[in-house]
Amino acid sequence: MLLVLLKSVPGFLRFRLITREIYYAGVMSLIIILVSGLFVGMVLGLQGYETLQKFGSESAVGTLVALSLVRELGPVIAALLFASRAGSAMTAEIGLMKATEQLAAMGMMAVDPIARIVAPRFWGGVFSMPLLAAMFSVMGVFGGYLVTVIFIGVDEGSFWSQMQSSVDFRYDIVNGVIKSCFFGVVVTAIAVFEGFDAPPTAEGVSGATTRTVVTSALAILGLDFVLTAFMFRGVS
Amino acid sequence: MQRTMMDFWVGLFVMAGIGALLILGLKVGNLTDFQTDKSYVLVGNFENIGGLKVRAPVKSAGVVVGRVTDIQFDVQTYDAVVTMKVDTRYRFPKDTFASILTSGLLGEQYIGLLPGGDEEMLADGEKIMKTNSAIVLEEMIGRFLFDKASEKKNLDPEI
Repeated sequence: MLLVLLKSVPGFLRFRLITREIYYAGVMSLIIILVSGLFVGMVLGLQGYETLQKFGSESAVGTLVALSLVRELGPVIAALLFASRAGSAMTAEIGLMKATEQLAAMGMMAVDPIARIVAPRFWGGVFSMPLLAAMFSVMGVFGGYLVTVIFIGVDEGSFWSQMQSSVDFRYDIVNGVIKSCFFGVVVTAIAVFEGFDAPPTAEGVSGATTRTVVTSALAILGLDFVLTAFMFRGVS
Repeated sequence: MQRTMMDFWVGLFVMAGIGALLILGLKVGNLTDFQTDKSYVLVGNFENIGGLKVRAPVKSAGVVVGRVTDIQFDVQTYDAVVTMKVDTRYRFPKDTFASILTSGLLGEQYIGLLPGGDEEMLADGEKIMKTNSAIVLEEMIGRFLFDKASEKKNLDPEI
């Protein structure tokens, strides 16, 4: 399946199709990503403050929020949301196209359905995922800042300074972006494959959509462990 | 959905994503400086700054009066040179005592300013002469053990 996708890289030339998919996969997922990022950050801030306060080091809450978001929660939760919001839609769309024989019709017209339908969706999803994860992290940090500094009253300077001194660009942020790229590839590959592979019936499409969400969730969490083990082993 | 509208939103989305990455990067690069109110600079040499970090607060009587802006190592005196920005509303006498303190047992470290009684005030860029280093736990424990050991020797000199 991946080989087929790589063969259809000339689909890249159809830039218009890719922007259309970025719109549907990325822009339409913005609201859920931003709002949930904000709330995840706020919860992290609250819980982190509750625990750290016992040790009198509540100013480390900035470090806690930023590190956990940038390294883990940002890429993982953004990918989970992306899988259930955009991945399922992709599967259902392609599955329905297959069920209504639109894909077969394309084949008849000598239009490769993989280059025309599958490849743009794949690349659109892969491109949107890191951007969504970055926005999720930023919103999360902002949510944590809102709760701890504005509501609870942790010192603003030490909130940012501890965050800045402990978050490393190379190790934390770049690794987080790499993670989300991996997740983007995995989620969209699963979504596109399940849609393309769905039995052309109503049940088949619904089953494929369910499988997309379940498989991508498992793949994201499993892959996250593997990537973390490789990236952060021996680092702090 | 119109083609141009879609392109517009995609462009905006990509810009926002890159902007988010930039914000994440800048937060590490420490380029943001949101202390824009008027301030003056004070410098202090410390023997040991412990875990003091740039942007740590400078407090006097528990009130935040400024921030640490720079920490350097002086090769001439083998001291740490700490530069701090203090709000112009707060002036301190020349014999102000600066010490590095810790909030709580494991909390962040900050600089505490204890004003003296001098008539003259510290000017912009001036050096604080009286400083007190951070308390390093290991050194303290080491000194304590050493004292205990010598105490014992004094108690029974025959042995």
